[in-house]
Amino acid sequence: MSALFDASELHDCRDAFAQTLEELGRANRDIVAVCNDSVGSSKLGGFREKFPERLINVGIAEQNMVGVGAGMANGGKVPFVCGASPFLTGRALEQIKADVAYSLANVKLVGISSGMAYGELGPTHHSIEDFAWIRALPNIPVIAPADRIETAAAVKWAAQHDGPCFLRLSRVGVPDVFPEDHAFEVGKANVLHEGTDLTIIANGVLTHRALQAAEILEGRGIQARVLNMATVRPADVDAIRAAAVQTGAIITCEEHTVFGGLGSAVAEVVVETHPVPMKMLGVPGIFAPTGSANFLLDEFGMSPDGIVEGAIRLLDRKG
Amino acid sequence: MDIEQLRRIANGVRRRDLQAVYEAGAGHIGGEMSVIDILTVLYFHTMSVNPEEPLDPKRDRLVLSKGHTALALYIVLAERGFIPRDEISTFLKPYSRLNGHPNRVKVPGVETNTGPLGHGLPVGVGMAKAARLNGDGWRTFVVTGDGEMQEGSNWEAIMAASQFGLDNLTLIIDHNRLQQGARLADTNEIAPLPPKLAAFGWAVEEVDGHDMEQICRALSRDAVTAGRPKCVVAHTNKGQGISFMSDNVAWHHKVPNAEQYKLAMAELEGAVQ
Repeated sequence: MSALFDASELHDCRDAFAQTLEELGRANRDIVAVCNDSVGSSKLGGFREKFPERLINVGIAEQNMVGVGAGMANGGKVPFVCGASPFLTGRALEQIKADVAYSLANVKLVGISSGMAYGELGPTHHSIEDFAWIRALPNIPVIAPADRIETAAAVKWAAQHDGPCFLRLSRVGVPDVFPEDHAFEVGKANVLHEGTDLTIIANGVLTHRALQAAEILEGRGIQARVLNMATVRPADVDAIRAAAVQTGAIITCEEHTVFGGLGSAVAEVVVETHPVPMKMLGVPGIFAPTGSANFLLDEFGMSPDGIVEGAIRLLDRKG
Repeated sequence: MDIEQLRRIANGVRRRDLQAVYEAGAGHIGGEMSVIDILTVLYFHTMSVNPEEPLDPKRDRLVLSKGHTALALYIVLAERGFIPRDEISTFLKPYSRLNGHPNRVKVPGVETNTGPLGHGLPVGVGMAKAARLNGDGWRTFVVTGDGEMQEGSNWEAIMAASQFGLDNLTLIIDHNRLQQGARLADTNEIAPLPPKLAAFGWAVEEVDGHDMEQICRALSRDAVTAGRPKCVVAHTNKGQGISFMSDNVAWHHKVPNAEQYKLAMAELEGAVQ
């Protein structure tokens, strides 16, 4: 067992999302869920049972789904618009831009089964461009929680935030990396492991892998700082700059293409504040082969050992 | 407000629109002329709105899905008291809040930002659904162009509105038969529209989109069919009111020269009885 978390107990963050939404829905009658024939995959069955009127299923029609969400926000509702992330973000990107971001509509976009959660189903079902797509739009915080605790906290934050946001949730089991009383703050990264030799920055399903890598590195006498950066936009400029200044090298890990995601967001801050060597782990600009999410992450160099290897190569460049 | 007054207001909006396009050197004059009568009826006859309280939760909503005709909406909003009349002269100028497509954050009375086509009806469905959930009586109106109905997102929304039984939603299709570059008939003919909407479970009515009386009647609460969303197919002319622009595909976003401006203005002025 890890000193940091119990890796034998894995949780599906969708459960935390659904449970939190039901809790919030009890207190706030304006909270509604909008989905695209995705009651099951979004785990909205319980919400539908408790608040049947407030579960709006538009069928297989993502553009309409996002527009309906924007219209409901105009009518005073707090819509959580839920769908498989590749289709929610890709199919309805222009609706997200015009109806939600540009209109400043109070819509909470929830991308389910993000990253390579649908690994075996192939690249049409991989959502490894969503950070880049949504991050390019003003007004929408982009958030990828690392465990069920951070998921619940982010959903609570989203419900009370007056404006749009994008929550990216996997369906791949992850251990708890945060204590139960973790307070989520949008735009704020958390140091989960202290270190001075280099910094590993991760989010979503990669955070626990980053922590495991830090432990392995520690065994080899290398002190790695681990930053969980759930909010890809706005980036935590202070934490990134501090990592660059204090540790002199940064490696990023993301379940996303290396183009335009977490690594890019970090690099943008690094080059403008304190340039240091960086290594970006992610999907290297290809359509992935067949395999589960965990298999693919390993294949793309993001097993704990793979991250360690990347970190050691990075340290060579640190000089 | 009687029919004669509505006609005068619409004529005034047309003249101001023509002047603004001429002065700004840009605009979508053809589609603006076709939609002005509809917007005039909505804001001066049908809809319950309050310029003093533009975000009153109980207000009726209008979504101008054919957002490129924003200028017509701005002028109607100005005439109705939402924004100062003299602000129209800033249309398209640097830092004006009156840019080429409507913005709800900047302009009171605008409900959602539009511009890319096929966005308004889904948003309208969401508005009508929200009113329904609250048990509120306010109504939602969406105005699209007919070419815009080529966008698939509209048909997603048409299905949803029918499934949800949104009789508090009215879609008005500004059916002027022309899109930006050609006649619909030569592009992707969407007509006849009424049987298509009816097949999806909508109550459909056809009107002369320049006949104030017919528009008023079709948009009234009395003309609502319980349990069904309503579509008003408004037969219009692009460039309506100006002889050489009417039903002429060249005038989608062409700007009149000095001579054409004078001629057009004289025609509009002559139309006021």
